[in-house]
Amino acid sequence: MATDKHQKQESQRGAKQGQSRAASPVRHYLDYQRRVAKDAARRLWQAPIATSMTWAVMGIALALPVALLLLLGSLQGVSSGWESSARITAYLVMDVPVAKANELAGEVEGDGRVMSVELVERDQALAEFRDSSGMKDVLDFLEGNPLPHTLLITPEESARTAQGVQSLVTFVEGMDDIERVQVDLGWLQRLNAMTDILTRAAWALAVLLAAAVVLVIGNTVRLAIENRRDEILVAKLVGGTDAFVRRPFLYTGAWFGLGGGVVAWLLIQVSFWWLSGPIERLAGLYNSEFALNGPGLEGALALIVIAVLLGWLGAWVAVKRHMDDIDPGDIAGG
Amino acid sequence: MIEFRQVTKRYDSDHTALRQVNFHLNRGELAFLTGHSGAGKSTLLKLIMVMERPTAGEVVVGGQRLNSLPRRQIPYIRRHIGVVFQNHQLLFDRTVFDNVAMPLEVMGVSPTDIGRRVRAALDKVGLLKKEKMNPMQLSGGEQQRVGIARAVVNKPPVLLADEPTGNLDPELSADIMHLFTQFSQVGVTVLIASHDIALINSMDRRRLTLEQGELVTSSGVVHGGVSGH
Repeated sequence: MATDKHQKQESQRGAKQGQSRAASPVRHYLDYQRRVAKDAARRLWQAPIATSMTWAVMGIALALPVALLLLLGSLQGVSSGWESSARITAYLVMDVPVAKANELAGEVEGDGRVMSVELVERDQALAEFRDSSGMKDVLDFLEGNPLPHTLLITPEESARTAQGVQSLVTFVEGMDDIERVQVDLGWLQRLNAMTDILTRAAWALAVLLAAAVVLVIGNTVRLAIENRRDEILVAKLVGGTDAFVRRPFLYTGAWFGLGGGVVAWLLIQVSFWWLSGPIERLAGLYNSEFALNGPGLEGALALIVIAVLLGWLGAWVAVKRHMDDIDPGDIAGG
Repeated sequence: MIEFRQVTKRYDSDHTALRQVNFHLNRGELAFLTGHSGAGKSTLLKLIMVMERPTAGEVVVGGQRLNSLPRRQIPYIRRHIGVVFQNHQLLFDRTVFDNVAMPLEVMGVSPTDIGRRVRAALDKVGLLKKEKMNPMQLSGGEQQRVGIARAVVNKPPVLLADEPTGNLDPELSADIMHLFTQFSQVGVTVLIASHDIALINSMDRRRLTLEQGELVTSSGVVHGGVSGH
């Protein structure tokens, strides 16, 4: 049939068009992507207040958990620093004579995990206490010396881990004439446990706020889709693929993400800078080398990349949910 | 170019829009689709554009059976079909040029080619000088011509028009019809839905008349078209 011949010609023509379009496909594709990205950026630029508000919301939502995690990371740095100066204090039974105490000190020092042992005799301890506590008068009222002999044990470097210290404590506790063993590390362990809990909480917060960011961007992009409804309809009518109509919005989401990530980074830098002075002073008072560690270059990059991905994801959710609702059938009329 | 084989379209609400419609339009043929409102004209056009799928029967456009066409292939079919709407569906947030450029943009045509082809299309409808204007600044007839330029800018083999002269006075309508005739003369299959009987009579072309979803006449004089041979 004649029409069949025409149809064949038609499809050949279609094929030829396809070939010419594929002349320099990569270059062409990149050019096109750049145009779409630029157009999406231009649209954001045209509504500066709305855009910067979205950036601010996203920046705050991202800065909060990231700052918290950085802070907790810095705290963990502290505890690992102080663990090395761990000291074990062993109080002897009250009526142990000095000779026996010296013997005990020697025995403890003989253990491979112990670097040094210092015996503080009870008279010496009382004198020190009297001098340092300012309770001279009170102590004068006491009939005898209430303080026992004390061993100050410094573990070998290799034993300065939580477990090492713990096993040493058990060993010393097992010896005769030992009343009580104390580790200065107690508060440090509590701090560590607390930091662990807070770190988990911060991660939970991070996940929640990331979800919030996705929703905020999703909602913003949904409004953008509504605003450009007619354009989407026409694009679909003249043969725009789903990918074609989605692309500008995905770029919009990515730009929101980029801006939000930069805002988050700025917020973190500024607040850390603002806090660093007082924190240094406080750390100085505790003879600590504690310092607030910022995100650094890698951290900043990671933060921004994650923000871009979250923005893109938010846009994708919105596009997925709302783009398909726009059906060109609506405008063909009755 | 466009073929309907026993096409029935039934909507959910027991409303049958088309009943067993059969017709065949050749390349370069210009035909009118007439009937009262609600007779199924829009449904028929929507089936060609794959906005709707038939309940039964087969729609073939350019050798492609549209029934078995996967959803993601639909945009590629639409690139071969230019459509002119009664309310022209122009975007008022951009210039005439950008409106006409849309079909080329979705195809990923390079900017230089877009410029050349858009100007050619605007020249064809006599609006080359108004490319930088906003469509809102144009008269109704000019807006309709912009819509036509957009429909033909990528040289589709099929051109559909839904009441293209609905809001225009007779003189402008005749201008528009003249444009459609020219397109059919270069091989474009043109199907115009209209109930402007006077205009249709003056054109003396093939007529597809729908009555309550049934095709009652599919006859008329076949003029001019490069059909057959």
